Formats: sequence, C-alpha cells, structure tokens
Amino acid sequence: MLKLESMSIRYEDKSVVRDFSFEVLPGEVVSIIGPNGSGKSTILKGITGLIPCESGQVFIGEEELRSLSIRDVSRLLSMLSQANSSPTDMTVEELVTFGRMPHKKWYKQLNDEDYRIMEWALQLTGMDRYRERLVYSLSGGEAQKAWLAMALAQCPKILLLDEPTTYLDIAHQLDVLELVKTLNRELQLTVVMVLHDLNHASMYSDKVCVVKQGNVRAYGSPQEVLTRELIREVYGVETDIEIKNNSNPRIHVLHKI
Amino acid sequence: MVKAKQKRKLLLVIIAFVLLVIAVMMSMGIGSVRLTPTQTWQTLIGRGDDYWNTILWDIRIPRVLLALIIGANLAASGALLQAVMQNPLADPGLTGVSSGAAVTVLFIMLVMPQFSALIPLGAIVGGAIAAIMVYTWAWSRQRGMTPVRIILSGVAVNAVFGGVIGLLSILYSDKLPAALQWMNGSLSGKGMGDVYAILPYSAAGWLMAILCIRQANMLRLGEQAAHHLGQNVNQVRILLSFVAVFLASVSVSKVGLVGFVGLIVPHMSRILIGSDYKYSIPFSLVLGASVLIVADTIGRSAFSPLEIPAGIIMAMVGGPYFLYLMRKGGA
Repeated sequence: MLKLESMSIRYEDKSVVRDFSFEVLPGEVVSIIGPNGSGKSTILKGITGLIPCESGQVFIGEEELRSLSIRDVSRLLSMLSQANSSPTDMTVEELVTFGRMPHKKWYKQLNDEDYRIMEWALQLTGMDRYRERLVYSLSGGEAQKAWLAMALAQCPKILLLDEPTTYLDIAHQLDVLELVKTLNRELQLTVVMVLHDLNHASMYSDKVCVVKQGNVRAYGSPQEVLTRELIREVYGVETDIEIKNNSNPRIHVLHKI
Repeated sequence: MVKAKQKRKLLLVIIAFVLLVIAVMMSMGIGSVRLTPTQTWQTLIGRGDDYWNTILWDIRIPRVLLALIIGANLAASGALLQAVMQNPLADPGLTGVSSGAAVTVLFIMLVMPQFSALIPLGAIVGGAIAAIMVYTWAWSRQRGMTPVRIILSGVAVNAVFGGVIGLLSILYSDKLPAALQWMNGSLSGKGMGDVYAILPYSAAGWLMAILCIRQANMLRLGEQAAHHLGQNVNQVRILLSFVAVFLASVSVSKVGLVGFVGLIVPHMSRILIGSDYKYSIPFSLVLGASVLIVADTIGRSAFSPLEIPAGIIMAMVGGPYFLYLMRKGGA
C-alpha cells in the first residue's frame, strides 16, 4: 500500500532521515516510535511532501508521490499534524467541509455527494452531535476527532497521524486511538502514526517500526519488536515486559540506565 | 443552523451595501454648498440646475467615487495580506507596500515626469519590491513568519522607503508642493478622469480578490493543513500577495498614502461577520469604501474652509484603534 524506498531528508547540513525504507500493507495500522529527534515526524512530513526529500521514493500502490502534484497527493492521503489550530469562529461542520477541497476544482461548490460524505465522516467519528459547536470550544480530544472527521472526508487511501494524542489526557488519548482502530477495522483504512507511548503502540498497532537516528532499527509485530533489549538499546531505559495469554506486550518502565 | 448563519451573513453584506449607498448620497450633499438628499437625487437623475450640476459632477461625484474605489482597494488588500501572513496586524501601510509604491511614484513624478503614464505600473513594481523585502526578512526557516517579525521588518522597510522619500523631497524641493498634496492621501482636486484612470485596474483587482477566496480560506487552517489539503502553499502566498500589492499600489498611484484602512476594515469585518473570507472579502470591500467616504467627508467639512486629507483623518482615528487592538491582544 505504502512503500518508502531509501528516503533521506536533511535539514540544512544535518541529516535527519537516512536511507529509510519500509512497507505498509493494505489495512494495517503501523506505529512509528523512537526517541525524540530520531526523525519520526520528519518521515511523515517527507511522505506528504511538506519537507523535500533529498533522495528516495514514496509509492502508494503503483504511484510515485514525487511525480504527482500536491493536490493529487492530497487525494491519496490525509495527514493530521501534532497541533492543529482553527479560527475561533469555525464550527465542526465548516471544518469538515475543507476535507472535500482536494476533490473540488477551485471554482466548484459543494454538491450533494460532498454533503453525503461529510455526513458519513461526522457520524463515523461521533462528531455529528457536535456539528454546530465551535471547534475552538471543544476539549482537546473532541477537537482532534473533528480534525479526524475532516481527514476522513478527504476519502484518503492512507491516514497519517503525527502524535495524535500528545496534548490529550489519558482518557482522551484512548478515545482517539480507539476511534482510529475502529476506522481501520470498519473501513479497512491503512493508518501510519507516530506515537510516543510504547503501550499505545503495542495495543493499537499491527506493526511497530522503531526508528533510531533516522533509520529503521526494528520493524515487525509488537511481540517481535518490543523487547527489553531493544528498548534498552534505543531509549536507554530498563523495563519489565508482561505478555498475558498471547496478548500484545505491556511495557512497565522501571528506570534509566 | 449553518444555513441560517449563512443567511445572516449575507444579510449583513447587503446591509453594508445599503449603508454605502446612503454614505455616497450624504457625502455628495455635504460641503460648502449643502444639498439635501432630494436635491442630490434630482441632480443625479438630470433634473438639477447648472449650479448643482457643476458642484456635483465636477467636484463631488469624482471625489466620492474615488474614495469609494480607494477604500475598497485598501480594505481588500489588507484582508488578503492578513490571510497570507496569518497575522491580524498586516496591512499595506505597516508592511511597507504602500511606501514602496510611493517611492516609485514620487520618483517618476519628480525625476522623469515625461513618463507619468507609467505611474500605476511603477507603483506596482515598487509595492512588489517592498513585499519581497518584508518576506525575505520576516521569514525564518524554523518558525515561518511570526507576527512580530513581519511588523519589525515592515517597520524597517517603511523606514528605508521613508528615507528615500525624504531624500527625493529635498533633492527636488522645487517641484514638491504638488507631490506633497498627493503624498498626504488627499482626494481633493480630482476629476472624473482620475476615476476612469483607476477604475479598470481596481475592478480587475476586486475580481481577483474574490477569486482568491477559497485559497485564502484554506490558509486559515494553517500552512501545514493547507498543504495536506492539496494547496501549493508557496504559490498561494505569491498569488494572494500579488493581488494585495496590486490593489494597494494602484491606490497609492492615485492618492498617495492613506493608512489604516487596510488594517481596521478587515478587522472590523472579522468582528462583525467572522473569519470566513467568502463573506469577509466582499464585506471588507463594501465597508472599506464606506469608511473612506466618511473619513473624506469629515476631512473636508469639519474644519471648513480648511481641508484635511482623508489620509490624515484615517491616521488620527486609525492610530488609537491600532493601539486598542494591541491592548485587546488581537496581535
């Protein structure tokens, strides 16, 4: 579904992502984890073209993204950034209309089909009852769901999320991740997200990609990847790992080495 | 609910338009010779006597129309600059666009008056140079363009061009009085010829501003979200800035520096009608026209027989309003 081939990105003279390759299969949820400054978010920005890549290719299906226009890319994937801000007088419904813009010529108005898709996105995310509320007045978790509804209205093949839970309390974190999982299950939507919390990555992903210094350190199922040795090596932190009845591993952080 | 909200906003635009028509009628009647609205109307439909005809058609109508056009231009220019810079304090005056345009106009007026036909074009070039200077200095790779950096580089660019204006005034002081009248943002002594000269450019500018609405709206979600929605953000920035520079420079070429219209009007329009450019650009156009007509009418009637240029009235009212905005945390 999504394939990165030896992507490299540098900020001025500092190389942030080096020869990064990985592949995401259709319908998978993949979490990218790694220490601060390891290049996680930069990889997502490289995929969407927000940051130019020095070299490498990104494929969605057969299409190489660098050969497409920004607009064509926006029809294939939607991405939510870490922090989103909307004007103080914008309602949830107005926000969701923007999700249809990639599919509209600049002079075309929204039609019934667009309104149907927006309605569908609002219902799926449970935001239909907040449609008339101002995004600005919602709690962090609800606001994030409103933005998710917008991203869904874009009808993407792949959803990219950059630390979708960073500014949320624990209840809202789970709320948003549950929603992402539901969307994945019901729509077979492929999701790639950057997360900080190892337990979230373990609970909500089919595969985990561990990034260290801009390169793939490990990539596989949570059981395969999230081991004491690997976490010690990548984060320099001692942990206990609990695996009950073949479930995904649960990580207890003990102390720094 | 959303439909009702849209209707309310549409109604506000219509009300503003009606107020503009009233302002036009009132303004035509006010002056050293007063005309009642009925007399004004009679003259407009061709039933006035010669005396009224002369006053209206030769003096007041061109002046009011010019105020209308310039006010609309500057307000739309400010609204677009605020969209591009995502900064409520951006306006053609504070970002140096107006003074950039003024320098080239003054240069043509004083140094090579034989090329005065090129004044509008020269103004656009000057305004564009100023905008490019502001962008270059305000933009930082890490943080983009913060409000503070835009205002600071605007102040710097303004200072540079202000210096050049001062230099030109001293070097060519013999030819200065006419230029000075122009520079203060005065609408007096203009005829229908001036209106016809500026109207095609301005109408083209208004049309372009209206065609930019969707792009401006996408920028409201921030640069990253706009990119993810398929906008080429840099191209959009250049496009919107060009339209804004075009509108402001065309105005400067005719009446010089009229400050604060581009700052205050889009801000008032945000308060009254919200941040959706679908409504706020048309609203700013109409409101800007009304505001400048009122300012000019006050300027020529309050201290009569003395005439105060509209630019000076706007600066005197606009300065305090600007401080009030900063206090309120609008910046």
